Amino acid sequence: MRARIAPRLIVAAAVAVVLALLPFQLSGYHQGLAARVGIYFIAILGLNILTGYTGQISIGHGAFMAIGGYVTAIMSHDHHTNLIATLPLSLAITFACGILVGIPALRFSGVYLALATFALAVSVPQFALKFSKFTGGSNGIQASETPSYEWIYGASWTCAAVGFVAAWLLLRGRTGRAFRAVRDSEIAASLSGVSLPIYKTLAFGVSAAFAGVAGSLFVISTNGFAQPNEFGVLLSLQILVGAAVAGLGSLWGVLVGALFIGLLPTISADVPVVGSAHGQDVVFGLIVILIMLLLPNGFAGLLARAARARTRA
Amino acid sequence: MTALLELEDVTARYGPVQALHGISLQVEEGQIVAVLGANGAGKTTTLRAVSGSVRRDGVLRFDGRPLRHRGPDAVARLGIAHVPEGRGTFAELSVTENLRLGAYVRRGSGRDDVTRVQEYFPWIEERRHQQAGTLSGGEQQMLALARAFMQRPRLLLLDEPSLGLAPLLVTEIFRIIKEMNEREGLTVLVVEQNAHIALQLAQTAYVLEVGRVALSGPSSELQEHESIRRSYLGY
Amino acid sequence: MPARRIPFLRERRPTGGHTSLPVLFALAAIVVFLVAGSLLSSIFAQQTVAGLAQGAIFGSLALALVLIYQATEVINFAQGEMAMATTYIAYQLTLWGLSYWLSFFLALGIAFALGVVIQLVLIRPVQRSVIAVVIVTVGLFILIDGLVTWKWGADLKFMPAPFGNQVYHLGQVAFARNDLGVLIVAIVSVILLWVLFKYTKLGLAMRAAALRPAAASLVGVRVNWMLAIGWGLAAVLGAVAGLMTEPTQFLQPTMMQAILLYAFAAAVLGGLESPAGAVIGGLLLGVFLNLIGQYVGFATSELRLPIAFAVLLVVLLAKPNGLFGRKQVRRV
Repeated sequence: MRARIAPRLIVAAAVAVVLALLPFQLSGYHQGLAARVGIYFIAILGLNILTGYTGQISIGHGAFMAIGGYVTAIMSHDHHTNLIATLPLSLAITFACGILVGIPALRFSGVYLALATFALAVSVPQFALKFSKFTGGSNGIQASETPSYEWIYGASWTCAAVGFVAAWLLLRGRTGRAFRAVRDSEIAASLSGVSLPIYKTLAFGVSAAFAGVAGSLFVISTNGFAQPNEFGVLLSLQILVGAAVAGLGSLWGVLVGALFIGLLPTISADVPVVGSAHGQDVVFGLIVILIMLLLPNGFAGLLARAARARTRA
Repeated sequence: MTALLELEDVTARYGPVQALHGISLQVEEGQIVAVLGANGAGKTTTLRAVSGSVRRDGVLRFDGRPLRHRGPDAVARLGIAHVPEGRGTFAELSVTENLRLGAYVRRGSGRDDVTRVQEYFPWIEERRHQQAGTLSGGEQQMLALARAFMQRPRLLLLDEPSLGLAPLLVTEIFRIIKEMNEREGLTVLVVEQNAHIALQLAQTAYVLEVGRVALSGPSSELQEHESIRRSYLGY
Repeated sequence: MPARRIPFLRERRPTGGHTSLPVLFALAAIVVFLVAGSLLSSIFAQQTVAGLAQGAIFGSLALALVLIYQATEVINFAQGEMAMATTYIAYQLTLWGLSYWLSFFLALGIAFALGVVIQLVLIRPVQRSVIAVVIVTVGLFILIDGLVTWKWGADLKFMPAPFGNQVYHLGQVAFARNDLGVLIVAIVSVILLWVLFKYTKLGLAMRAAALRPAAASLVGVRVNWMLAIGWGLAAVLGAVAGLMTEPTQFLQPTMMQAILLYAFAAAVLGGLESPAGAVIGGLLLGVFLNLIGQYVGFATSELRLPIAFAVLLVVLLAKPNGLFGRKQVRRV
C-alpha cells in the first residue's frame, strides 16, 4: 500500500506547487481561465462522488450550481455580505437542497434518475426567470464586489484543494466504502447493513454542496453576475462530460476532466473551420466523441490500464 | 466418412478462466451423442464452443468445413440449432412468436413447419397466443425443442433438457428427441447430468472431467462397466 | 481473432401482465373530460386541439427515444439534433427544386441511413458503457448543432407548408389544417410501427434482439444489425417530428431543443418501454400544458418546461416505470 501512495502524493504535491506558482506567470485573462478550470474541478469532483461512487446518475448539477451562484449574488447584492462569507452559506443551502432532492430520488434509478435530475437542470433556470423579484429575472443579479482575477484564482483553487482533500478523506473511510458498496450492488449493500437511504441521500447532499460552491465561485468569476442562461442545460452536460473524461469512480482524473471542459472550448474556438464562429462546437463535439471512443473509461481508465500493464510487465 | 461435427483439441475460456483444455469429439450424421460429466466439467461450454457463444480456439468442423470464429447467428444459419441452458425461449413473446423466431433462418413461410411441429407437440395449437413465460417448465422445454425444430437444423445441440423436470416429462421429451432423430434424421449432441437416461438415448457418449475428455465410447459399453458407472456416471 | 461477442446487453425480464386498470380508467376519464370541456367552451376546444397537435410532435420524437431505449437501454441526447439536421436536409432539397413531399420522403431515407451509420460507427464501439454512450450522444448533439449552424446559418428559414395554411371552423372553434395534418401523420407513424413489430419478420427479430440478445443470436438474428436498424428507424421518426415541427417553429438550429425536453418527459411519462405510451404521453402532455397555460394564471410561459417535468415527476413517484411501463423484477 505504501509503495502505491507515495508516487500519487508526489504528483499531487507537484501539481499543488505548479498551481501555487501559476498565477504569477499568467495574464489576467488566463488567470480567469485557470480559475474557471478550478471551478469545474470542484463541480466535477462533486458529480463524481454521486455518480462515480454511488452510481446515481445525475445530469442536473447545473441546477445546484445555479442555486449556489444565486445565493452568492443575492446575498452580496441585497445584504452586501462579504463574498467569502457567502461560500459556507452556499454550501449549506445546496447541501440541504441536495438532501431534499436525494430523498425522492431514492425512488428512481438508472435512466429515470438521470431524466429526473435533467428535469431539475432544466427547471431551475426557468424558476430564476419566473421569480424575477428575487433573482432579477432575465437581467440577472449583480454582486456588489468584483474582485481581481488573482483573487478569483486563489479562491477557486484553494476551495478546489480543500474540496479534493475533503473528498479524499471522505471516500477513504467508512462512508467511501459504503458509497462503493451502494454502487456495486445495492441489494448486497443493504443486506450487509449499509443503510441505502442514508448513504444515497448523503451522497446527493455532499455532491450538491460541491456544485453549490462551484456555482458561487462561477458567479464571482463572471463579474459577480448571476443570470439564468449561464446555468442552462449545457452547463450540466458539460460537467457530465468533464466527469466522464475524468473517469468515474476515481479522484485522480478530475483535473484532466476540468482542464478538458475548461480549456477545450477556448482552444477549439481558435481552430479555423472555414472561418466560422461555429467551428468551436464542431471541434469540441468531435473531440468529445473521439475521446469517448478511445477512452470510454476516461482518464482514470487510462491510468488503470497503465497500472495493469505495469503489473503484467 | 467425415463426421457431421468434429472437434479437435478445442479450448475455450471465460475471460481469464480456462474452461476447456483440449476437447476432441466426433458426431456422425444421424447419431445421437451424449456429453456427460459432473458440474463444471465443461459440458455446457462445449456446446457453447460449437455455437460460437464463447471464445474458443482449436479446430471445429461442421460438415467438413471449419467453423472458424463465427458468432452464434452465423452458426445458426449453417444449420446448427442450440437450445441452451435456460432454454433460450423468449418469455415475453407468445408461443407462436417463439416458433416464428425459430424459423427465422429459413426462407419462405414456416407454415408447413408449424404443422410438423404440431405433430410432435399437439398442445401447441391451442396455446398459440399464450405468453411463453407463463408456460410450465416442461412446456417451456418442449417449446424450446419445437423452436429448434422449426429451424430444420442438421445438428441439434441440447443443453440439459431434463433439468428441473419431473421424470415422466423427462421420459416424454427424450422420446420426442428419439423420434425426431429417427424420423427426420436429425443429428443430436446432448449434454446431460442424468447419465442413465442419456445413455439409453445416445449411441455414443463422451465423459468430460475438468475440461477434458476422460473417456468415450459406445453407450452400451459405458453402461456395462460398473466401475465406469460408479466413478464417472454416479450410479 | 476472438470469436465475435454478443453485445453485452442486460437481459430484462419483466413480470408480464398488461396495462393496469387504474391507468386505463384514468385515461378514459381524461378523454371524457376533454370532450366535455370542448363541447362546453370553444377556447377549451381550441387549446385541446392545439395541444394535441403539439403533443403529437412530442410523441413522435418520444417514440424515437423509446425505440432506441428499448433496443439499447440508452437515451439518445442527440435525437432532437438529428431530427433538426434531417429537416435542414429536406430544406436543402427543396432549395434544389424538389417538391416538398419528395424532399420529405428523401429526407426520411437519408435519416435512416444516418441513424444506421451513427449506430455502427459511434455507438457500437462504446455500447458496453452506458455513460460513454450518453457522452457520445452529447458530443453528437454539440457537433451537429455546430455543423448545421456552420452550413446554413442561425437565421430563420422557411419551408413550403406541407398541409397548407387553411383554417377550418367548427362552430366557434378554429382548426388549423396543419395541426390536423400533424396529428394524422403521428398516428399513421405509430400504426406503421405497430404493424412492423407485430406482423413482420424484421419487426419480430428486432423485438427479439432487444429483449434477449443472446437467445436472438442463437436463432440466427444478427443482433448488431437489428440495433443499427433500430437507430435508423428512430432517426426516421425523429425526422418526421422535425418536419412536422417546422411549420410552427420554422427552421432554426435550436428548433428541436425544447421539444427534445418535452419528448423526454413524454417518453418517461408513457413508460420508456412502451411505444404507444410515448405517443399517448406526448398527447397528454401537450393538452395538459396548453390547458394549464390557458386557465392557470401563474403558469406563464417560463414555467411550461418546469410544469412538464413536475407532472412527470409526480407521475413517476406514483408509477416509477411510467404509465404503461412494466415492473422490472430485479435479479439478486
